[in-house]
Amino acid sequence: MLELRNINSYYGNIQALHDISLQVEEGEIITLIGANGAGKSTTLMSISGVVQPRSGEIFYNGEPIHQMSPDKIVALGICQVPEGRHIFPELTVAENLDMGAFLRRDTQQIKEDLDYIYELFPILADRRSQPGGNLSGGEQQMLAISRALMAKPQLLLLDEPSMGLAPLVTRQIFSIIKKINQEQNTTIFLVEQNANLALKTADRGYVLETGRITMHGNAAELLSNKDIQKAYLGI
Amino acid sequence: MEYFIELFFSGLTRGSIYALIALGYTMVYGIIGLINFAHGEIYMIGAFTAFIVATVLSILGFPALAIFVIAALAAAVWSSAYGYTVEKLAYKPLRNAPRLSPLISAIGMSIFLQNYVLLAQTSDFLPFPQLIPDFEFMDSIAGVIGSSDIVILITTAVVMVLLTWLIKYTRIGKAMRATAQDRKMAMLVGINVNHVISATFIIGSSLAAVGGLLIASHVGQINFFIGFIAGIKAFTAAVLGGIGSIPGAVLGSFILGLTEAFATGYVSSDYEDVFAFSLLVLILIFRPAGLLGKSSIEKV
Repeated sequence: MLELRNINSYYGNIQALHDISLQVEEGEIITLIGANGAGKSTTLMSISGVVQPRSGEIFYNGEPIHQMSPDKIVALGICQVPEGRHIFPELTVAENLDMGAFLRRDTQQIKEDLDYIYELFPILADRRSQPGGNLSGGEQQMLAISRALMAKPQLLLLDEPSMGLAPLVTRQIFSIIKKINQEQNTTIFLVEQNANLALKTADRGYVLETGRITMHGNAAELLSNKDIQKAYLGI
Repeated sequence: MEYFIELFFSGLTRGSIYALIALGYTMVYGIIGLINFAHGEIYMIGAFTAFIVATVLSILGFPALAIFVIAALAAAVWSSAYGYTVEKLAYKPLRNAPRLSPLISAIGMSIFLQNYVLLAQTSDFLPFPQLIPDFEFMDSIAGVIGSSDIVILITTAVVMVLLTWLIKYTRIGKAMRATAQDRKMAMLVGINVNHVISATFIIGSSLAAVGGLLIASHVGQINFFIGFIAGIKAFTAAVLGGIGSIPGAVLGSFILGLTEAFATGYVSSDYEDVFAFSLLVLILIFRPAGLLGKSSIEKV
């Protein structure tokens, strides 16, 4: 479904990604784990077109997308929930969700999707007319995921959904991620620092270290790998 | 008392014109964080366009109302073309540059446009045709408020209502609000940010052009330098209200207009600018974000 071939991305003159190659298959949950500053977010921003890779290619369903603008990539069905959630602070919860459906014209279907979201996260329904900036961190994360779902993505990129959340809320968010994957058949690309949780949720995983992919395999295999346990799981 | 009311309306009229220009400053600042110093020149070009169109049409014998409307539309379209082009040429290539670079580019654009009009037109003051007739029904209060004041106030009010509707309810308006609040996220929900920025320049330029037409027919003359003074004043108004805030720009403009009108009327017209800029200094000392501006808080 998605394939990165030898991606090199830079921030100014600093190379953030070195020769990244990876594949995402339709319907799976895939995770990219790594320490702070390893290049996880840059990988997602390169896929979304916000960071233009200096070399390498990205294919989505066989179509090259590495030179497309971010709005064209969203139109193809790739949506991202960025790190730090990026809620529009002065728009209400309902308006934030509405922005998620910016490229859609099917008014009737949008309404039904909105009902589905409010069913998934009843708290958002209660707060629909409040400004997004007033929500708590966990509620903002729910809103950020919901906003991305309003675009009806085929591929959902999630950047650190657990960041800054209480363990209970994190568990809730992750169970919903699984639910979205199963019920909507949305492919999920999950970037996490919490490697334990990410590998337990995902089907396959890649390990990123200082801009290079050093390991990949089944999530279960990675979870039992001695090096990974030592480096990321604290075992 | 009558004098007070006269000054009050004169202040509102000034405020309206400042508001039409200040909105362009504040909207552009809200979207890309740039003080567009060439914006005053866009207003001046609007006034010149209206002048040329109005002169030609009046020679052809069009009725005053038709001339007014056609001149307004022509000025808005022509100024928008300038605003759009200035952004593409002078600001877009510098979008990822340090903040100072586009600012200097804006000042360069301002000087360039002034001198371009100076060379292409003239350095003399041009008599602007009186597009707004003296209405008969206004005779009884003509000493307090003139016909052109009324037209300026009503036109500004209509434009404000249209702008509010545009920003609140239309697709492009929503995209503008989203881009102003979080540009990266706006890209990630599928908004073409380049289009939004262009649209902002086009809307701001149209408003300034309408302001240019109104003030030119009110005052009765124009020259290539009017954009500089008006631009600085409108910029002051935008900062006064809180740059980036649309209601702030309108509020700041009316406060500035009224301050100037009363200072001129009760003290001396020599002190008009002194009062205007003293107000700015006071606001910057006691409320640096402006009256309606707010410092943003980020939740982590």
